[in-house]
Amino acid sequence: MRETRNITVTINGKRYDEEVEVRFTLADFMRQQLGLTGTHLGCEHGVCGACTILFDGLSARSCLMLAVQADGHEILTVEGIAPSATELHPLQEAFRDNHGLQCGFCTPGMLTTLLEFLRDNPDPTEKEVRIAISGNLCRCTGYQGIVDAALDAAQRLKPAKPAP
Amino acid sequence: MKPPPFSYHDPATVADAVGLLSKLENAKLLAGGQSLMPMLNMRYVLPDHIIDLNKVKELFYLREANGALVVGAMTRQRDLEFSDDVKTRHPLIQEAILNVGHRQTRNRGTVGGSLCHLDPSAEIPTVALALDATVTAAGPKGKRDIPIADFPVDYMTSAIAPDEILVEVRFPSWPKGHGHGFVEFARRHGDFAIASAAALLEEDANGKIKRVSLTIGGVAKIPLRMPAVEKSLVGQTASEEVFREACEECRKLEALTDVHAPASYRQHLATVMSRRALMAAHNRVGGRA
Repeated sequence: MRETRNITVTINGKRYDEEVEVRFTLADFMRQQLGLTGTHLGCEHGVCGACTILFDGLSARSCLMLAVQADGHEILTVEGIAPSATELHPLQEAFRDNHGLQCGFCTPGMLTTLLEFLRDNPDPTEKEVRIAISGNLCRCTGYQGIVDAALDAAQRLKPAKPAP
Repeated sequence: MKPPPFSYHDPATVADAVGLLSKLENAKLLAGGQSLMPMLNMRYVLPDHIIDLNKVKELFYLREANGALVVGAMTRQRDLEFSDDVKTRHPLIQEAILNVGHRQTRNRGTVGGSLCHLDPSAEIPTVALALDATVTAAGPKGKRDIPIADFPVDYMTSAIAPDEILVEVRFPSWPKGHGHGFVEFARRHGDFAIASAAALLEEDANGKIKRVSLTIGGVAKIPLRMPAVEKSLVGQTASEEVFREACEECRKLEALTDVHAPASYRQHLATVMSRRALMAAHNRVGGRA
């Protein structure tokens, strides 16, 4: 038995019309069928946070959704964060400058999680950042570099103050 | 591609969902997917049919009615987290919700899904018990109300029949000026609680306890109200010592043993979490703290 459905989904601004097996997770659909391998799969049961995407603007674990559930919805993955192929988003720049990553496996989930968090909390405390990334596991950095990067990114994302 | 093969159904109404559930063999309801999807990925469950409730619009709502917070079963946990009404009128729920998983899981996870999954350490069933909530189930014969006290039947097993769907939960409000406290012990923020406690408290002008509710989660196979502790506290003047003495009762609970903690440790934590939840509630009575 191989049941499929036709879905239409917008990922990083691009529309995809695809036939997908109903048992495919959203993460596997994006990685295997669409070749969008920026979204990483660590645990595949909702613990590690590497597969975090923004689903209609809200963070979600793409290993805990079915691809069919994305029909008619908008998704942002790590591939869609940078403004262009030659520029990084300020959050990505902050990660680069603060040793926010080493192996990079957790980074797609960290970036999408923090993108939502900093949008809703533009001026966070260190404790708030730590709670925000508590659902994302990193085995390299000890988190300090990631926390520093998030706090730095918050500063970079603030609109420039007019001169007094 | 991890989940086993199944047929996928996405009804738009409760009536259609109930119809599918009575017609299909070996069907599972998919709500927020934060528990069922891991179980599918790991093939702990092998359903022939998945009935996805995410398109049943009539199950998504949050409103205040008849002195209670009325919540549709598919309401996302994040909707409680960010509701001003929940924050001001049902602060216990808000405090508990912040301990439910992580932001990413609360964005998808639902109130009804957590209640039906009934993990012993889950926060939503624990506060539902603390608040004397009522749930409504819809089945082929119509709707019926189930008092929350009768809802947990056994380990991860609710009173919802196989052909029924949980459609609503009503959390009665406590009067203005009541104190609340939700505390839990977990190895890391967002982990499953090894033990948790939810407390609500009303005191008179002299600090005498008028009404108290205490519930313990994560310790036994289902969340438990502690009527013996509540009874012993009514009429007493609230203090840490009074709470400490009353909460010794929690050491007698029949506790779970698992890889995280032996029963004796959970029994110990039950006394500590209870006292802390009651103290937090006491410190907030009448808008203190």
